[in-house]
Amino acid sequence: MFYREAGQFKTNYAADLAVFPILQDRIGLMIILFLAAVIIPWFGSSFLIQAVMIPFLIFSLAAIGLNLLTGYTGLLSLGTGAFMGVGAYACYKLTTYFPDVNVLIWIVASGFFSAAVGVLFGLPSLRIKGFYLAVATLAAQFFLSWCFIRLPWFYNYNASGAIEVPTRALFGIPITGATATDTTRYFVVLSFVVVMTWFASNLVHGRIGRMWMAVRDMDLAADLIGIRLLQTKLLAFATSSFYCGVAGALLVFLWYGGAEPAVFDVNLSFFILFMVIIGGLGSLTGSFFGAALIFILPIALRYFPPKLGIPVHPATVEHIQFMVIGALIILFLIAEPAGLARLWQIGKQKLRVWPFPY
Amino acid sequence: MDLLYKIFIDPFVQMGAAPDLLVQTLWEGLVAGVLYSLIALGFVLIFKASGVFNFAQGIMVVFAALTLVGLHEHGVPAYLALALTIAVMFCLAFAVERLILRPLVNQPDIILFMATFGLTYFLIGFGQLIFGGETKVMIADQLLLPRGAIDVKMAGGFVSLQKIDIAAAIIASIMVATLAIFFQRTRIGRALRAVADSHRAALSVGISLEQIWVIVWFAAGLVALTTGIMWGARSDVSFALEVIALKALPVLILGGLTSIPGAIVGGLIIGVGEKLGEFYWGPLMGSGIESWFAYVIALIFLLFRPQGLFGERIIERI
Repeated sequence: MFYREAGQFKTNYAADLAVFPILQDRIGLMIILFLAAVIIPWFGSSFLIQAVMIPFLIFSLAAIGLNLLTGYTGLLSLGTGAFMGVGAYACYKLTTYFPDVNVLIWIVASGFFSAAVGVLFGLPSLRIKGFYLAVATLAAQFFLSWCFIRLPWFYNYNASGAIEVPTRALFGIPITGATATDTTRYFVVLSFVVVMTWFASNLVHGRIGRMWMAVRDMDLAADLIGIRLLQTKLLAFATSSFYCGVAGALLVFLWYGGAEPAVFDVNLSFFILFMVIIGGLGSLTGSFFGAALIFILPIALRYFPPKLGIPVHPATVEHIQFMVIGALIILFLIAEPAGLARLWQIGKQKLRVWPFPY
Repeated sequence: MDLLYKIFIDPFVQMGAAPDLLVQTLWEGLVAGVLYSLIALGFVLIFKASGVFNFAQGIMVVFAALTLVGLHEHGVPAYLALALTIAVMFCLAFAVERLILRPLVNQPDIILFMATFGLTYFLIGFGQLIFGGETKVMIADQLLLPRGAIDVKMAGGFVSLQKIDIAAAIIASIMVATLAIFFQRTRIGRALRAVADSHRAALSVGISLEQIWVIVWFAAGLVALTTGIMWGARSDVSFALEVIALKALPVLILGGLTSIPGAIVGGLIIGVGEKLGEFYWGPLMGSGIESWFAYVIALIFLLFRPQGLFGERIIERI
């Protein structure tokens, strides 16, 4: 009805190539940004901001990172958790060594450390493919997890073995540590996610994104048309790890406030991979959908049965939660193997031609 | 220099100085390797026949062992419980084929891989809901599995061999031999090999894919049950066992995803490598290197043979 592109004529080439060619999409994006930047911090409860929105945005960022690698370049990675850990620990080391430099700079810088580690573990990807590569990236996961536990240098030799986030301020307002308010932290996370999503969108719609997709579709053919495989694959690993590293640093500095090595174990990698696959491989919007579904689903499962007055034992709830998540993953895959992003596209297409079927 | 000495010379000096310890370490490595091989075998069976990288193999091991012990706790005699567990594994195979594989046929590998993740989560929840999350003791005695150890005088000292380990090795070899005969000599086995070669060609000569998948998942379930009994008898049955799936992954890529001999040889290499590494090089690096050492061994092999030791050569065409 109202979602029509009739009457919107493109008069130049740039308008034709736009990421959001339809006016209503641009309006929708503005509304979402307005909701996220004004309405939620203004009216949202502390629970909504601290326990739902901040982690949702951080996991979306990590999912975008993995999507660049797995969805766009076709390299299956199970080392996401470790790369996030590298970001978090790098940021922790940097802020404790150089306390005078702004923490935001270190969050970005920690992404570069993570990217370097990603490139190192991405090197075998030229020779190893498919599931073999997935298992090879698990080597990164286990090795790095082991480093975080066994090498005390990473956590500054403190007795607990965990890292503790120091309080740091920007323009006199604390943004990390115990004294930072939820809303401040939410704004920091939101700006990171918006800027980096915009950057990722530009990457995947440009030359580099085309190269990645060519490699994904068939790397041998991509090689023949003159794409350098090693550089392209390593660039994908670097970019992906950069995103994951920043997400890891945000996770510890702006959400947890401290972390043990167990946070960055192999389950985190699987968790992010779920988001990417359920959301849709090769779709940035899908990363947000996936993160929303996978992260918010357990919260919803935990909060709704008591509200409905169904008395259940807490342990049973947890077991049923596992079963429901497992069943839902399978159901979503059967319903739409291309992910939620695809469902969204189908929905939009239906709206466009409504009331006709096609 | 000192470090180089410690890495490259000292461990071998230690090996030479105490050959009985070396034999003991090798033996323990081999035994662990047998169990890794068994899990990898379950993976390979399913991967060959349905192209599914079955992450749920680890939880299937736990689930089978839990069902067996759980049934026995409810007063079912040991051997009847064993038979019932086999029946449960068949139902599981049937359900997996009906509810997961059939609707997802012809989807990309990664989607099927994810579906087995869903299955893993489901089975974790389901198993805990029914049998409870606490650790259980495997009914090894009731199944007439031996216990205790034999001390063998060897290499200037004593090497102690656990009887259960010997039994595990024997049962594993019997199972592998049975599977080999089943694959090579029977009608269904021939159909299985045909499906592994090409789904489409197999379909076109009238082989029922659905039937084959049920059989293969059932076979993997039996392998899982055996693994569960053996592993459970060595330690005990709990959901912590689920991580052995992650232990078996390097075995799998080392041997090649499609090769049964690869799974066995890979398991033994990883088992021995892991134990030797932990025992002789572990103290240098701080303990706990077991968690990633196997992956490093596998990675080194993969750099030279990207398809694993025995995997089919990967031929790519435009």
